[in-house]
Amino acid sequence: MLKLNGVNTFYGNIHALHDVSMHIDEGEIVTLIGANGAGKSTTLMSICGGTPPRSGEITFEGQPIHKTKMDQIVRLGISQVPEGRLIFPDLTVMENLELGAFLRNDKDGIKRDMEYAFSLFPILEERQKQAGGTLSGGEQQMLAISRALMARPRLLLLDEPSLGLAPIIIQQIFEIIQKVNASGTTVFLVEQNANQALKIAHRGYVMETGHITMEDNAATLLANEDVKKAYLGL
Amino acid sequence: MDWEFFIELGLGGLTRGSIYALIAIGYTMVYGIIELINFAHGEIYMLGAFTGLIVAGVMGVYGFPAFAILLMAIVIAILYCAAYGYTMEKVAYKPLRGAARLSPLISAIGMSLFLQNYIILAQTSDFLPFPTLIPDFEFMEPIAHIFGSTDLVIVAASAVSMAALTVFIKFTKLGKAMRATAQNRKMAMLLGINADRIISTTFIIGSSLAALGGVLISTHSGQLNFMIGFIAGVKAFTAAVLGGIGSIPGAMLGGLFLGLTESYAAGYISSDYEDVFAFSLLVIFLIFRPSGILGKAPVEKV
Repeated sequence: MLKLNGVNTFYGNIHALHDVSMHIDEGEIVTLIGANGAGKSTTLMSICGGTPPRSGEITFEGQPIHKTKMDQIVRLGISQVPEGRLIFPDLTVMENLELGAFLRNDKDGIKRDMEYAFSLFPILEERQKQAGGTLSGGEQQMLAISRALMARPRLLLLDEPSLGLAPIIIQQIFEIIQKVNASGTTVFLVEQNANQALKIAHRGYVMETGHITMEDNAATLLANEDVKKAYLGL
Repeated sequence: MDWEFFIELGLGGLTRGSIYALIAIGYTMVYGIIELINFAHGEIYMLGAFTGLIVAGVMGVYGFPAFAILLMAIVIAILYCAAYGYTMEKVAYKPLRGAARLSPLISAIGMSLFLQNYIILAQTSDFLPFPTLIPDFEFMEPIAHIFGSTDLVIVAASAVSMAALTVFIKFTKLGKAMRATAQNRKMAMLLGINADRIISTTFIIGSSLAALGGVLISTHSGQLNFMIGFIAGVKAFTAAVLGGIGSIPGAMLGGLFLGLTESYAAGYISSDYEDVFAFSLLVIFLIFRPSGILGKAPVEKV
């Protein structure tokens, strides 16, 4: 579904991604794990047109997208839940969700999807008239995921959804991610919380200083001694 | 206390404040979206006034009724200024997006000087008379000595356009997209919002309101020259800061607040010092409440 082929991305003169190649197949949950600053978010921003690669190729369903502008990506069926959630703080929960469906014009469908989001996260329905900035971190993450789903993506990109959240909320968020995947959305999950991420993923990639150093089934990675030492704290 | 004098000053401040508010909205909206003080915004207002003058001159020759001339002057000034605002952003600011903050600011000052000199060359540097386009309404007769028909039209037109803008920003899809872009441009783009188009729309709306203000104030003051944009622009900028730059209701409130302050200061103290009061107010706000009346203190982003 999504393929990265020899992607090199730079920030000015800093070579952030080195020959990154990976693929995400339809229906999978694929996770990219690695330490802070390894280039995980850069990988996502390269896919989304935020930091276009200098060389290499990114294709989505066979179409090259590495020259596509950031505001055109969602049109293709790719939604992102960015790092730090980036909720619009002065817009209400409802307005945040409406903007998730910015490119859609089917009122009934939007309404149904909003109800679906409320069924996933009932707290959002309670808070629908509240400004996004007044929500707790966990609620904002729920809103960010719901907002991304409002675009009806076929591929959902998540950047560190567990960051800064209480373990019980993380549990809930990861369950929802699995649920979303089960309903047919492919998921690409970038995480520092390798343990949680590998538990729900089908396959995983390990990134170190801009290089992909390992790739395998999630279960195999979870059992790998190097991964255990470096990322699972065992 | 002389109540009639007090009310007269209040009404005068209301008229003046409405115009400040109309122009201040342009400053505050542009700042809200691209964090630029568009110093050429006052010149758009001045161009609006000149466009109104030209339309009034041409239509006056053919003997159209004053009210038709006023409407036409406003419509054409809005179209013309919207085109100017749109082009100005594309020429002077868009190429500098992503550059250091000082660069677009310098570009804005350059644009301001360019437009002033363009009017000197194309028109004149002298004061020109502007015809009265608003007839005296009969029902305004009893209070015409303190609040004339022109004042009424200015206040009403400003109130209607500001109410329309508020509804637009609050309830329409494009309005919501504008607020989202102002709060986080990157995220707005990830949702498929075309930020360039939003920025252009902002310039078009701000310029249109400035054009409306330019025509209305010229028929009120009866004269104009190439410098009116500079003075009104600085005042409106002050109003935007008083209200809290980036906040649209703040710009409206700041405009009225500044208009009333000037009017009362001129009436009770001395009209020679009205600008001094306006800018003292600015200094006081910048020292004690730099975020303005409705603005929020900037949150340090981690």
